[in-house]
Amino acid sequence: MATEDFIALLPLLVTALSSLVVLLLAAFHRDHELVAVVTSLGLTVAFLTLSVSAGVAPRQVTPLLLIDTYAIYYAGLILVASLAVTILSYGYLTKQEGQHEEFYALLLFATLGAITLASASHFASFFLGLELLSVSLYVLIAYVRTDVRPLEAGIKYLILSGTSSAFLLFGMALIYFQSGTMEFARTAALLAGSVEFSSTFLVGLAMIMTGVGFKLALVPFHMWAPDVYQGAPAPVTAFVATVSKGAMVALLLRYFVEIAAFRSEILWWAVAGIAVLSMFAGNLLALLQSNIKRLLAYSSIAHLGYLLVALLAAGPLAVEAVTFYLTAYFITTLGAFGVVSVLSKPGDESEAMEDYRSLFWNRPWVAGVFTIMLLSLAGIPLTAGFIGKFYVIAAGVDSSLWVLIVLLVVNSVIGLFYYLRVIVVMAADERRDVRATENAQALPVSYADGLVLAALSGCLFWLGLYPAPLIRLVQTIQRGLMGS
Amino acid sequence: MILVWLIVLLLAAGPVAWLLDRRGSQWPRWIALGALAIDLVLALILWTEREAHVSISNQGMWLADLSAPWIPRFGITFHLALDGLSLLLVLLTIFLGVTAVVASWTEIRERAGFFYFNLLWVLAGVLGVFLAMDLFLFFVFWEMMLVPMYFLISVWGHEHRVYAAVKFFLFTQAGSLLMLIAILGLMFIHAQQTGVVTFDYQQLLGTTMDQTVALWLMLGFFAAFAVKLPAVPFHAWLPDAHTEAPTGGSVILAGLLLKTGAYGLIRFAVPLFPDAAQAFAPVAMALGVIGILYGAVLAFAQTDLKRLVAYSSVSHLGFVLLGIFSWNAIALEGAVMQMIAHGITTGALFILVGALQERLGTRDVRRMGGLWATVPRFGAVTLVFAIASLGLPGSGNFIGEFLVLLGSYRVNVFVTVLAALGLVAAVIYSLALIQRTFHGSANESWTAPDLSTRHLVTLGAMIAVQVWLGLYPQPVLDAAGQALQNLHGFGEVVAVVSKG
Repeated sequence: MATEDFIALLPLLVTALSSLVVLLLAAFHRDHELVAVVTSLGLTVAFLTLSVSAGVAPRQVTPLLLIDTYAIYYAGLILVASLAVTILSYGYLTKQEGQHEEFYALLLFATLGAITLASASHFASFFLGLELLSVSLYVLIAYVRTDVRPLEAGIKYLILSGTSSAFLLFGMALIYFQSGTMEFARTAALLAGSVEFSSTFLVGLAMIMTGVGFKLALVPFHMWAPDVYQGAPAPVTAFVATVSKGAMVALLLRYFVEIAAFRSEILWWAVAGIAVLSMFAGNLLALLQSNIKRLLAYSSIAHLGYLLVALLAAGPLAVEAVTFYLTAYFITTLGAFGVVSVLSKPGDESEAMEDYRSLFWNRPWVAGVFTIMLLSLAGIPLTAGFIGKFYVIAAGVDSSLWVLIVLLVVNSVIGLFYYLRVIVVMAADERRDVRATENAQALPVSYADGLVLAALSGCLFWLGLYPAPLIRLVQTIQRGLMGS
Repeated sequence: MILVWLIVLLLAAGPVAWLLDRRGSQWPRWIALGALAIDLVLALILWTEREAHVSISNQGMWLADLSAPWIPRFGITFHLALDGLSLLLVLLTIFLGVTAVVASWTEIRERAGFFYFNLLWVLAGVLGVFLAMDLFLFFVFWEMMLVPMYFLISVWGHEHRVYAAVKFFLFTQAGSLLMLIAILGLMFIHAQQTGVVTFDYQQLLGTTMDQTVALWLMLGFFAAFAVKLPAVPFHAWLPDAHTEAPTGGSVILAGLLLKTGAYGLIRFAVPLFPDAAQAFAPVAMALGVIGILYGAVLAFAQTDLKRLVAYSSVSHLGFVLLGIFSWNAIALEGAVMQMIAHGITTGALFILVGALQERLGTRDVRRMGGLWATVPRFGAVTLVFAIASLGLPGSGNFIGEFLVLLGSYRVNVFVTVLAALGLVAAVIYSLALIQRTFHGSANESWTAPDLSTRHLVTLGAMIAVQVWLGLYPQPVLDAAGQALQNLHGFGEVVAVVSKG
């Protein structure tokens, strides 16, 4: 391997190295604060090295990994999200009993897996990244062992994730059987002339979609999401909702663009069906929830449905829309779960709707952050979520997907209803309620957590008010991806 | 730049009012009042410069214009512009904003900082709607009005405030999103034809397209504006929202938010799709007449004072819808006049009802009666606005409704006759309001303080404006007419009639 290869791989190498350092630290000198700082530093350095590897991009490093602007952008998104999760986890775990050092090593492994997924150009690296991410997540989800629900969630995720991996592998095998290659680019080259995929290839793709659909919690592969979201510690839930899903979307988008997947009408209709089902099931079931984490779980199912609508639009605008929407989704989801995490008390997560009653008057800043995050999820202007939704609708209108767009709008209105419900509870008058006085005595927000929430809110408004710089960046990424 | 200052001043004053709440609850209201006073001065400067501007450059469409790139990817610009129509509505917005602040002076005691923050942001959103000439920017302001209004209703409202606030939000949001699709559709059609990706109002004017496509896109806009206006059958949110909102919120809802719907029809729905709008006109006129009669009948049946005024709004805004789609200069100018006059009359009625509720603790007419003896000033001022509301000559409402009927008579006599019946109904419910509240036997022996000086000054100013509109409407008609002539689609009709 040439020096440039190593330069291109720097972010992955730094992340891997940090996880080893954290493991060694945990073995010889247990210090929660030190480990958290080392992890944050590692992630920051990895993020900074992105600009170095951008200098040699695009570069194919071994047949497995392709480090291009697209991969670098998603890696950056993943690293920043992991950094936010690390800081939130520190605040969260200090309130819990037990030893927490290994948590950060696992978090770094999961991040490494996610970056691998974002830069994968081969089924082998696809599967490696996926398993690295999943196996770390089994443990992370069940990390708080003193409680039953995290354990239940962990087991549930383990079994279902294992099954979906089996589907995925079978799908890869079928495609390999058909095309004789596991490289994305060579598959694409072999398919170049054909108008429609062969049936074996389609079955393979369907099985891969099953595996991917599970990771993204798309209907009908969504059953695990509410339980895992509810059971996992709040920062881990944030990680599952953002990094894990984001990496998978990055891979899916790259693969579909590469092989021009939507030349197959059957596949298009299948994905459209999944998108519609996800939007409706996610939003309608969210209406019934009285638990904030479950509500956000169903809402994220719906949001992935919106994302699929952009994916279906195909063409340059679709790539931009997916990337922008996902960025906005990262910010708001991290912010929302960040608030849940910050409000958690030792051994008791603030997840019931009642825990948020009158929050606006007792803890105005936290409630304010939660409100703008919810408004962004609902797609109200001045927030990043609105520009994201605008992008998705624009992509849809551009490709004349009128039915899908109208269904998306109907769903936005349904979604608005339950986001408003949370805001209503937070704005309720405290004098009429006893629970509110209990909430008033919650722990203060730590400096670091406050900083994370403030930074996320800042990004939310920045993207909502002045999205032009990010749009330019997203356009460059799109050109890099579609051009190659 | 003055256009930006109008909006930025209110946006900046909001957080300041919120933060200074800690120093004492009198701070927020003074800050809100101060910001609005400065805005009023700025707007009046624009009004006085108007005539000079018109005589200098006759061909310029805008009195003030400002444009800066915002999101170049989609050709979105930060484009604010002002013509006579916008100017009138900007003045109305700031004037009613001041009265809303004064009306809330003693009513809002809890969390005053957050209240005035929301109040100022709603007003900033409304100003933005009246000034934005980029469709994307327009949509942003359109949505920006919603969230603060939602908070105003759901936090400081009355008994069923949460239900009313959510209903308000869902109705308007559903309409807005349909409009967003229509905006994007229009933008892409324009881009396909010319290769220019833009959201700019003036560039999108005159986009040629298939008749059915135009009709669908027009309906997308119409959905959003008809919900806000509100046109029957999209009015279901209005009685609840108006009734449950605090006084200041009701004033802004009835006086301003409804006008954004009418403004949207005049500025966007018709000029962007003139042919489709003309084809749709009979339906819209029918909806207008149904609104006039339906609102009037229901207003008479109400026992809740606020609900009564709310349904009267449905009736009065029916005239606006009728005027816009009668498709001639007289009716259109009447519609604009009616918008302004209705804003002031209904705003004043909501202030009066709100103040009455603050004193009596009820809005139920059945528990009132014979109040004139207790609160004579209340009775007198309410009477003035009740007869203005029923359209007695000498009030702005009379000019507005008269012009609308005059215009629509040329188009459709039958519809006009039905609409005129609405005027009769207005007399019945307005006088019934006075009769049941202030005359007759006292059902309960109320003792309450009369109108305060603060209220008297505000309401006095509103009476003055109302009488001015009624006796000397020409400056308003001139300002509106100038702008309407320049409007694409309407322009030709208006020009012909003015000359004739």
